[in-house]
Amino acid sequence: MTAMIDITNAEKTFTMHMQGGVELPVVRGVSFQVEPGECVVLSGPSGAGKSSILKMIFGNYRCDGGRIGIRHRGAVIDLVTAEPRQVLSVRRSTIGYVSQFLRAVPRVATIDVVAEPLIANGFARAKAREQAGALLRRLNIPERLWALPPSTFSGGEQQRVNIARGFISDLPILLLDEPTASLDAANRAVVVELIGQKKRQGVAMVAIVHDDEIRHLIADRIVDVTSFAAAA
Amino acid sequence: MSEPGTLVQDDQPLLVADHLGKNYGRLTACRDVSFALYPGEVLAIVGESGSGKSTLLQLLSAQLAPTGGCVSYRMRDGVLRDLASLGEAERRFLFRTDWGYVHQDPAQGLRMAVSAGANVGERLMAVGWNHYGRIRDTASSWLERVEIDTARVDDAPRTYSGGMRQRLQIARNLVTEPRLVFMDEPTGGLDVSVQARLLDLMRNLVSELGLAAIVVTHDLAVARLLSHRVMVMKGGRVIETGLTDQVLDDPREPYTQLLVSSILPV
Amino acid sequence: MNAPAYNFAYLDEQTKRMIRRAILKAIAIPGYQVPFASREMPMPYGWGTGGVQVTAAILGPDDVLKVIDQGSDDTTNAISIRKFFGKTAGVATTTSTTDATVIQTRHRIPEAPLHAGQVLVYQVPIPEPLRFLEPRETETRRMHALGEYGLMHVKLYEDIARFGHIATSYAYPVKVNARYVMDPSPTPKFDNPKMDNCPALQLFGAGREKRIYAIPPHTDVVSLDFEDHPFTRYRFDAPCALCGAGDSYLDEIVTDDKGGRMFVCSDTDYCEQRQQAGHRGSESAAPHKERAHV
Repeated sequence: MTAMIDITNAEKTFTMHMQGGVELPVVRGVSFQVEPGECVVLSGPSGAGKSSILKMIFGNYRCDGGRIGIRHRGAVIDLVTAEPRQVLSVRRSTIGYVSQFLRAVPRVATIDVVAEPLIANGFARAKAREQAGALLRRLNIPERLWALPPSTFSGGEQQRVNIARGFISDLPILLLDEPTASLDAANRAVVVELIGQKKRQGVAMVAIVHDDEIRHLIADRIVDVTSFAAAA
Repeated sequence: MSEPGTLVQDDQPLLVADHLGKNYGRLTACRDVSFALYPGEVLAIVGESGSGKSTLLQLLSAQLAPTGGCVSYRMRDGVLRDLASLGEAERRFLFRTDWGYVHQDPAQGLRMAVSAGANVGERLMAVGWNHYGRIRDTASSWLERVEIDTARVDDAPRTYSGGMRQRLQIARNLVTEPRLVFMDEPTGGLDVSVQARLLDLMRNLVSELGLAAIVVTHDLAVARLLSHRVMVMKGGRVIETGLTDQVLDDPREPYTQLLVSSILPV
Repeated sequence: MNAPAYNFAYLDEQTKRMIRRAILKAIAIPGYQVPFASREMPMPYGWGTGGVQVTAAILGPDDVLKVIDQGSDDTTNAISIRKFFGKTAGVATTTSTTDATVIQTRHRIPEAPLHAGQVLVYQVPIPEPLRFLEPRETETRRMHALGEYGLMHVKLYEDIARFGHIATSYAYPVKVNARYVMDPSPTPKFDNPKMDNCPALQLFGAGREKRIYAIPPHTDVVSLDFEDHPFTRYRFDAPCALCGAGDSYLDEIVTDDKGGRMFVCSDTDYCEQRQQAGHRGSESAAPHKERAHV
């Protein structure tokens, strides 16, 4: 197979023990593939399970069945059965995730938040910061803010820091959860540009985008999540 | 999604717990715990008071003899050895060199009446360092790494604030470049702002030094920031285990769901 | 007091045997603290009850006993212990270091070299050198057993950190026979080198703490130190005012309330022997010189 992501019949159900053990089926029979350089956009109404699927691909949500094959370091690894250390390895060198919300350690400077994934992959600190700075500049985060922790920033600024952090590494797979949600037109354009650049580098992407215009700009293919809806 | 720092890849486990258990008479403090910890990996043990997590930490660090099962550790020569088979001298040597132990109360892990320099230097002197100037210089550079003003190197920790004491305790433990550090509620009893600084420091040190760590905490935020993996304990058993963000974002067991849902929103 | 009412040297024979067994064990394991069943003695703790029991256990009728307190034969403590054994054992006593076969001492080692066949008995207040930093007896015993002596250097490190040099001037820790770290009792560190390779047997008794330890003749005794802060002896930089000795340990004696002082040998026997041999210091020729200043 050449696909970077190959999902077959993945399913997920939440059991809410706090609500008397209510079973909450989320998705079932999730099956699709993503090729290198392709951007697949998940579509469907709110609550259809788009974010859950993204989290399953990242190994953040555990699957109850099926298979999530990821091409990792030249071999295919099934995230549904992988050991925790293997999942961590996949996240470090194969899959990146850009969420809507930034979750960073208090007190760490913005520039270091962005540079961290590179440093974790063995880049020298100075080199990593240089690249982080370039990306922050491109995303219109003023240089005077770089030394501050992003927790004090506005929602839009935080999201741009998050995008910089997500896009800085050269990972072959990127998962994008509403990367443009609270951005203005200019910054949305920058993100679209960044996504185009990743595509040309052969990065496989799965994205959730609500904005029709953006979706149109980045999607190579649309997967309708409603077909995976699990009957309650 | 924020991830704890680099995980050094190594296929050989550093520490292996095999069906570990401890009874006090009829009372079971801990039962049937098995896991493997790899070099550079940070494992958080979470649970409420009385869940057996502190007992487990003592079993893992050979301070308590198990009533069942065993703990093995990969020594620096690469041989995996049952801790119970080590002589007391070997065990204590391990404790002073290849391991660190960070107590919740720094007064337990420090000598409060002797200078910070001597506190950090003690492990060096224990392994035969015999040059005052070099010991003091090394101690000073460690104070710097844990963000303590080196001008305070000759002051006793009883003149230090709580956060400084905890950072000093960490320096004292790391000076011999251990491969494994045990931490028992390392941020307990500290102000929130001080906690944040300490967590940030520990996170960086752990990833820079490629340390493996076992952190006991009841604070899920500490687990999220520091650990790669989590074990949830209840009634002396491990009831759920997995990647930290998996367990915290997608908890499966009723008790884990209760723990996660009990975090007060800020 | 009626001497025959007491057993020879006060203690009963069974007790002496018990103490001798402890002494033999102590000699067999140089520097190791052997517990013993310390008895109540007719003097308070702190007055040398440990030393007295050791002396009582080793004393024979032919022995010649010398007792010194801070080097002096004529202080209260020295005199009363000497008289105690004079009465209860009827042994000969002396103030001469060379003539004595048993010398009980508090806080000094005589200046005159000891010779083979002599026994030096030290009175010890706190036998545990690690006590300063480790209050738990179980822990200090384990540290001795495993030879974990890093803590001893912590103490010396603290000295340098605080005072710029190793300020410990008495009870300066030593390593005996390359194995046990030992407290030499509160002798000045000036005396430490005398313990090394000494031809006499050295016994240490701590009555309150119930410990006996020993340095057999010709044993290596090394004072602990750092490479960059080596062990050094210390003495006042002056000759003895009475005998002119430039090599003896000196006591500082305040002579008036106007800052007048003089330095004299702490070892009274040594000082007197030198004076008899014709040596003179600044004060000996004119004993009332300070009065002339008034």
